[in-house]
Amino acid sequence: MKAILALADGKVFAGRSFGAEGEAVGEVVFNTSMTGYQEILTDPSYEGQMVAMTYPEIGNVGVNAEDVESRKAFVKGFIVKEYCALPSNWRATEPLGEYMREHGIVGIEGIDTRSLVRHLRDHGSQEAVISTLGDDPAAKVAKAKASPGLIGRDLVKEVSCAEPYDWTEGKWELGKGYRSRGAGEKAGKGKKKASFENPRFFVVAYDYGIKRNILRGLSESGCRVKVVPASTSADEVLALNPDGVFLSNGPGDPDAVPYARDNVEKLLGKKPIFGICLGHQILGLALGGKTYKLKFGHHGGNQPVMDLTTQKVEITAQNHGFAVDADSLKGAAAVTHLNLNDNTVEGLAHKELPIFSVQYHPESSPGPHDASYLFKRFVEMMEKQKK
Amino acid sequence: MPKRTDIKSILLIGSGPIVIGQACEFDYSGTQACKALKEEGFRVILVNSNPATIMTDPGFADRTYIEPITVEIVEKIIEKERPDALLPTIGGQTALNIAIDLAEQGILERHGVEMIGANLAAIKKAEDRDLFKEAMARAGLDLPRSGYARNMRDANRIQKRLSFPVIIRPSRTLGGSGGNIAYGAEDFKEVVQRGLDISPVHEILIEESVLGWKEFELEVMRDHKDNVVIVCSIENFDPMGVHTGDSITVAPAQTLTDKEYQIMRDAAIRVIREIGVDTGGSNIQFAVNPADGRMVVIEMNPRVSRSSALASKATGFPIAKIAAKLAVGYTLDEIRNDITRETPACFEPTIDYVVTKIPRFTFEKFPQAKDILTPQMKSVGEVMAIGRTFKESLQKAMRSLETGSYGFEEKVNTDEAGGAAALGVVRQKLEQPNAERLWYVADAFRLGMAAEEIHGLSKIDPWFLEHIRQIVATEQEIRNAGATGAPLAPEFFLRHKQMGFSDRRLAQLLGRTEADIRAERTKAGVSAVFRAVDTCGAEFAAYTPYLYSTYEGEDESNRTPRKKIMILGGGPNRIGQGIEFDYCCVHAAFALREDGYETIMVNCNPETVSTDYDTSDKLYFEPLTFENVMNIVERENPDGVIVQFGGQTPLKLALPLERAGVKIIGTSPDSIDLAEDRERFRLLLDRLGLRQPLSGTARSYEEARQIAERLGYPILVRPSYVLGGRAMEIVYDGETLRRYMTRAVAASPDHPILIDKFLDDAIELDVDALSDGERVVIGGIMEHIERAGVHSGDSACSLPPKSISQEIQQEIRRQTSELALALEVRGLMNAQFAVKGKDIYILEVNPRASRTVPFVSKATGMPLAKIAARIMVGRRLADLGVVAEILPRHISVKESVFPFNKFPGVDTLLGPEMKSTGEVMGIDSTFGVAFAKAQLGGGTRLPREGKVFISVRDEDKEAVTPIARKLEGLGFQIVATQGTAEYFTRRGITAAMIKKVQQGSPNAAEAIKDGEIAMVINTPTDAHSHADSFHLRRNAVDYQVPYFTTIAGADAAAEGIELLKQRELEVRPLQEYLATTQG
Repeated sequence: MKAILALADGKVFAGRSFGAEGEAVGEVVFNTSMTGYQEILTDPSYEGQMVAMTYPEIGNVGVNAEDVESRKAFVKGFIVKEYCALPSNWRATEPLGEYMREHGIVGIEGIDTRSLVRHLRDHGSQEAVISTLGDDPAAKVAKAKASPGLIGRDLVKEVSCAEPYDWTEGKWELGKGYRSRGAGEKAGKGKKKASFENPRFFVVAYDYGIKRNILRGLSESGCRVKVVPASTSADEVLALNPDGVFLSNGPGDPDAVPYARDNVEKLLGKKPIFGICLGHQILGLALGGKTYKLKFGHHGGNQPVMDLTTQKVEITAQNHGFAVDADSLKGAAAVTHLNLNDNTVEGLAHKELPIFSVQYHPESSPGPHDASYLFKRFVEMMEKQKK
Repeated sequence: MPKRTDIKSILLIGSGPIVIGQACEFDYSGTQACKALKEEGFRVILVNSNPATIMTDPGFADRTYIEPITVEIVEKIIEKERPDALLPTIGGQTALNIAIDLAEQGILERHGVEMIGANLAAIKKAEDRDLFKEAMARAGLDLPRSGYARNMRDANRIQKRLSFPVIIRPSRTLGGSGGNIAYGAEDFKEVVQRGLDISPVHEILIEESVLGWKEFELEVMRDHKDNVVIVCSIENFDPMGVHTGDSITVAPAQTLTDKEYQIMRDAAIRVIREIGVDTGGSNIQFAVNPADGRMVVIEMNPRVSRSSALASKATGFPIAKIAAKLAVGYTLDEIRNDITRETPACFEPTIDYVVTKIPRFTFEKFPQAKDILTPQMKSVGEVMAIGRTFKESLQKAMRSLETGSYGFEEKVNTDEAGGAAALGVVRQKLEQPNAERLWYVADAFRLGMAAEEIHGLSKIDPWFLEHIRQIVATEQEIRNAGATGAPLAPEFFLRHKQMGFSDRRLAQLLGRTEADIRAERTKAGVSAVFRAVDTCGAEFAAYTPYLYSTYEGEDESNRTPRKKIMILGGGPNRIGQGIEFDYCCVHAAFALREDGYETIMVNCNPETVSTDYDTSDKLYFEPLTFENVMNIVERENPDGVIVQFGGQTPLKLALPLERAGVKIIGTSPDSIDLAEDRERFRLLLDRLGLRQPLSGTARSYEEARQIAERLGYPILVRPSYVLGGRAMEIVYDGETLRRYMTRAVAASPDHPILIDKFLDDAIELDVDALSDGERVVIGGIMEHIERAGVHSGDSACSLPPKSISQEIQQEIRRQTSELALALEVRGLMNAQFAVKGKDIYILEVNPRASRTVPFVSKATGMPLAKIAARIMVGRRLADLGVVAEILPRHISVKESVFPFNKFPGVDTLLGPEMKSTGEVMGIDSTFGVAFAKAQLGGGTRLPREGKVFISVRDEDKEAVTPIARKLEGLGFQIVATQGTAEYFTRRGITAAMIKKVQQGSPNAAEAIKDGEIAMVINTPTDAHSHADSFHLRRNAVDYQVPYFTTIAGADAAAEGIELLKQRELEVRPLQEYLATTQG
């Protein structure tokens, strides 16, 4: 079946449909990861967006029950050069297209994705429509143009959990799957090092659209985690008396979730805080800074980030369209990490308080594991605070 | 951290001659390293015995030693040059092994030389299987179960713990040589013995079989701040069991989920840290069990490798160049990415295309060798292709091979009639890996075999199989479309071109001609576009025009208004067409770039310097087919195209391109044809009054017989228009001729057989010359050491000639000039002469770059290919200041290097069919030492004492006598079989008698095996080797005893030995030799 991709600026690509049929609207971004499309599809940060993969052969490993980052797929539309309907991987349970159909993700294949990427790079990310309905490009372009876009829209409330819940799952191992520990266990005791088996710290994690691998990373570092909805007030969080608060990744414009910023502001100085991605931006706002939208963002698994304290470079997974303006912080926090491609802010640390955040994804999934040490850093921070 | 200032001079070790497992990828890496280090202001000292390399051009290092790569020689260079540091990681296994020896013998320490990049401990940890195993265990990584054996008893003990099949890997050999699989107790003993013999440390690893597992490689880079990046992942089409150099490979990895890929990535990082490679690139191989994902580490190379060359070309990330910079103190974040300019080299390239590499084999050269692929590498070259999809990239790679394939041609008769018989053949071909297995997979689908069955037999991953299935199914649709006769729609072309179908294959399937398809396709508006290799999936703008073709919307070739010259490269390396031609192409690019032209390189060989994006202004990584070249021509509209530098590959395209209106510059395709066409060429020689051996052309056995009788035996027979002397033989009698004709005519039905009178005992000469149409300047005259009958590419040669009188040399110069002017040569010409007594015969003239161009350029300092390129764009020799031949005072000897150790059971006899893969050069003030150096460079250490075994045919007995006498005088004991021994005794030479093989034990072959013989002189009784001499030669190769199969070679060896006994080998840089050479 035919499908078209129509961009708001009038550019149209004709291809073939795969996955769900119908029409999807959203901002198109491109992702340069060569592996991990299933994790990408299920990353809540993509709410409101459609993803074009720069790597052309997609679907090779099918999908499986394990490689998901949340309760469902959030990507609205999926754009690839060539879709592989006959996957080959020992863990594959079904082809990607089937999965997309089940999750209502509209896909288009067979288009010149490189031209699309070059176009987005030069003209910026923009609203678009993927459609298998009818053959009226002009109408689709008009629809894309009419789409509200990300700025000012609260997408967090679309993806955040409705009720608090406890997280008990740990890391994934080949041949074993994810490990888990019993729910409701009390925080570990004594001087023994914090570990998955001995979770000595209690962390409340704000779910702005949290990826499961973040929760697994916290668990593995020795944290007992309670996930709370984005709207949870600071007082409610403090009432839980956590050792630390975690601010998660999530979709869209950080300015569109003022309640999140306000709550975080109230938590400053009360508890150690660690933020990732949207959580990092919200922290930036809470510290009095500003955020801005990047031309086409960073979406991929090969972004070099320098830890300014060690001068070492880590290869990071990234997925963000907004960034914190370093100057706007006016010294409230120090920039700790820089993106070496474009020198944008990748990490912040409060000058006195036990508060830090990164723009990129130490939990990876998909992507390299270079930055997973940051979870330990958070634990060490809580440890210090406890003493 | 910026570059180190405590080191000023750095010694680089090259990889020596091109051999199987170590080819021109190390010229690519070495050249990059030289450039990078010179750029940083270091004094670079280079040693490499291979003159056909770009890196040994005098401008690439401050001191260039074209000397044998041995510990003694390198120590001498160290003594002389006093380098501060040694970078051992860019010259392949050769450099690494020498570096280990230099370090272990205390030489580096004694001279205060620091090993940079990788230190001794790290190299040993990676190279020594025990240490590697321990290191992997420490890093918590899984390995196949295994054990070491130094003798048969150990081997049996270890085998009992594992089940068959088991893999036997000899320690510390090149390219996995000697590696093999034992399927049962039967072959176990033999494979173990050979492994022990071939290992320089007499040790083998016996390993759990991971045959059929998926195979992956990661290219890793690390800097001294411990930043680590993965440059590229590679997945093998051929699963474990086939050497990775012989496997079809694809980048990036295709069948790993992110979780699995990241496990591999983490493991790779742990490996490079645990091994302790301080800085630079490493290559790590993994095997993955397709059933459950269990991953084991197979091996790691703590150096730049063949795979890193591939990874560099596949991603645009110049691994060797960056490795060199990291070695001198830079960190990855301090180095810019050349392609994006804006971003640092500290990142992991992401690609938005698929890369396929297919190895190129030459089993046809070694009829006794079986086309079966094993863990021991056998391929001599490779091609790489880039496409937006795997199907496109695969089909482009297939036609890049130049094996006559333009897609998935049928190998067996797959229609109903042939089906049943074909099925048996196909099953066997799927099960036993071979050079053409890829094509048999398609046939299997055509025969109705299910993917499951194909996977079961071949273990090739279903993902790859599915793509081939789709191509086969599409081919049927194309056939059906052709049958309707309806005009072909734009969508038809677009769809199939996007799948990588060549016009030629479409034409075959549609029953039309290629020209027809091209015309209709163009009319339909479907033309190739070019996209950039940019390291980043288009996330950033690319400034370096490194391009490949595909069929999509946007074109990124950005034609400039500059004057442009396009150079067609040589395609995959093979025997007969190797690095020498790439050398010429690179020189053309350098020269014309210097002169202000925009240079455009077209090639598909990832190992080469020509496919470095730095070499030319624009690089098109494309198959060298008419279709693909025309696509580029149409886009770029170059002012001239050079086809005379890349060997036969571009030459074959000359006429079709010219007919299509392409401006071929330099010598005209018509002149090239004149020289190739026997009739036309004979008329020319007649007109010039020059002499050729008598000859005739036969289209049947009867005609051949008549010609042979007219000329008189021996005769030289060959099919018309062949490369590297394929299927060429010297025939001494009628019976052999009859047998040859039955074989040869069958081998080449469309072409007649050419017959020449063979000039027995003539001396052959090679001449390279330059002409601008008005003037001719001789580049060099080389005298072959071996007599006529040995292919010029296999013969050792000397520049200047060793035994030819000045008078004859002068006459040869005159004849060469006349030929060049008559052929209206604009650029290079090579002529081969035979001299018998005072008679001069012309054997062959090629108005193009020859294999000897780099050697002559090194020997004389005259950059022949650069001058030729300038002539081609219209400059005159006089304007270029090139007016006279350069006559060096030093003697340069070229020796050929053969792959016999990779082909057990193959005869080592030299003949008119070329068999060598590479060459080395020896330079000295005397011929004998230059020859000895060339021998040493090629791995043959001339003995200074011991027993020399001599067995020659009757005609050679007289000629070998003075050699035997000389050797006796030098203190050698002569050993010979009865006839020869008695002959010597009668002439006052003491010779001990030894039995022939068929006379029982102990015999000469056994004596060689037992190490009792220091050198062998053996000339064969006739072209068809007898069992006896075959065993002698084979044992000499297998047990690494110097052997000479020609009297001339033996004579040269004796001369070399005589001088070696008088004085030590001296080393001298090329720059010094050339400074004292008269212009």
